[in-house]
Amino acid sequence: MNLSQVSASKAAAAVTVRRRQSARLPGRFISGMIAPSMLVILFVVVFPLVYSLYLSFTSYTLLKPVTNWVGLRNYIRLFSDDVFWLAFGNTLLYLFVTINLEYLFGLFLSQLLARTVRGQSILRTLLMIPMMFAPVLVGFQFRWFFNDQVGLVNNLLMQFGLISQTIPWLVERATAMFAVGVADIWMNTPVMTIILLAGTLSLPRELYEAAEVDGASGWQKFIHITYPLLAPFTTIAMTIRSLDVARGFDIVSIMTGGGPAHRTELLWTHVHRTAILDAKFALGSAMSYLTIIVTIGFTLYLFRQLLKARLVE
Amino acid sequence: MSGSATSSRHSAAYWQRRAASIVIDGLVWGLLILMALPALWIVLTSVRNPIEINATPPVWIPRELTIEGFKPLFGQATTTTGSVPFHLYFRNSTIVAMGSTLLSLALGTMAGYAFSRFQFRGRNFLFLGLMLSRAVPGIALSLPLFLLFARLGLADKLWGLGLVYVAVNVPFTIWLMDGFFRELPRELSEAAEIDGCSHWQAFTQISLPLALPGLAASAIFAFLAAWNEFQLAVVLTRTIASKTAPVGLFDFTGQFTIDWRGMAALSVLMMIPAIIFVLAVQRNLVQGLTLGAVKD
Repeated sequence: MNLSQVSASKAAAAVTVRRRQSARLPGRFISGMIAPSMLVILFVVVFPLVYSLYLSFTSYTLLKPVTNWVGLRNYIRLFSDDVFWLAFGNTLLYLFVTINLEYLFGLFLSQLLARTVRGQSILRTLLMIPMMFAPVLVGFQFRWFFNDQVGLVNNLLMQFGLISQTIPWLVERATAMFAVGVADIWMNTPVMTIILLAGTLSLPRELYEAAEVDGASGWQKFIHITYPLLAPFTTIAMTIRSLDVARGFDIVSIMTGGGPAHRTELLWTHVHRTAILDAKFALGSAMSYLTIIVTIGFTLYLFRQLLKARLVE
Repeated sequence: MSGSATSSRHSAAYWQRRAASIVIDGLVWGLLILMALPALWIVLTSVRNPIEINATPPVWIPRELTIEGFKPLFGQATTTTGSVPFHLYFRNSTIVAMGSTLLSLALGTMAGYAFSRFQFRGRNFLFLGLMLSRAVPGIALSLPLFLLFARLGLADKLWGLGLVYVAVNVPFTIWLMDGFFRELPRELSEAAEIDGCSHWQAFTQISLPLALPGLAASAIFAFLAAWNEFQLAVVLTRTIASKTAPVGLFDFTGQFTIDWRGMAALSVLMMIPAIIFVLAVQRNLVQGLTLGAVKD
């Protein structure tokens, strides 16, 4: 037997081994490995969701905890609830604007950081600071910054003579949404930046050198090389971000609580107000179901690209 | 790095590049320091004299430093607030975050390994289901969990909250570990199994040691998520028996006023474990986040 025959028979043996394995999967091992995770998810996520689905068809409230079947009444009431649709629209707008701005800022910062020569590692550590903040803390902090009497933002604007009267940031809809958005962007831009920076640094140098030989400008290099090649990293950044969309609740509920007069109401704050503060548990459950559908749709939309690589035909 | 000969030959281009680099560095430093300011402000607030905190115009650099703000956290009541049982919140947070991190790492690594190695029936369905369970907003979960936990006697219990955090963190751990195990050459564990190792032995002795960076990345995400979590904790905890630090921040809010200094002091202490954790696994964190993007 010569060398090529040996390697050919080895390869054939390997193929049969693999075939035999795929034919007879170690079912008990696989279930044993996955079952614990599934059990926890079933108990903490699936079972409660089924329970709240059931409650959403009853008249359950915290003050009158009886489960009278009312059919679709809660859902019908929901469709004529103006505040719900206001919150619905606000949420979509909020997510669309903040996530896109976070991506743009992240892209901008990552391109700058990739070209930085002085103190890269210190800069990266600085960048991670907002990641260590609890979202509630971000909420409190920015509520204070945007406070109309003692807030830092008004103080600064006054000191530099840009405004003569204090701006009630958290009272008007536009300014309140702006303030909440600033907090959200501050908290979430770093993760985007870190992922896009890692991506930028991993791109092959030769492409840029070739482009430079051809006389490409910095902007051309970005548009024709960096931006398209960053696509997989963009997907990852968006996916990871999409898992945290509901964290916006912490910020909004602390900064404005959805108020004043529902001006900054998001789906999460509205569910909280209805179910906990107004004790209308069943109505809140119906609402939270529609919220789940929105969130999951959002996640699926952002996730689909990444999942393609992980799911097998 | 260009020598004097080249710099004089290409002096215009050289100096232009030099200037651009200085401008970029200055801009990046400026932007990131601006981003870090809120953190610095919290630290400064925690050691300020209360008169300075809400002063107009703002006092940027504290005129005197005081640790008075930290005293209510360590059992000494001050005039503005009563004492805050900080050590209990900290204990609860530590137990819940550490415990749930360890458990979700154990469960998520096992499942992640099975997902990465075997193409069993229903794999895609389970995988997708797990990922979507992570997307369920906390507020939607907290309502039914509140009722169920009250009925099962799990409300206001540390391990009840811990179990919830395990469920919250397991999907992302599976996601990360599935990715890390996919990076390992399959032949390694297959060879071990042909040599007579059981599947479990191939997992614990061959694959797991090689996936340690993945474990580090997963650990930091799970820990930070549990350490900073608020939506579920505020509904599922009631008393100091299980209240965690993010919920404890509310001890500083009155009906009309907020004790900003006390809150800042608690925040500073709250961030210490997060900072230590993040700095320790900074490298693995970036690797874990971008896994799978470079391949193909």
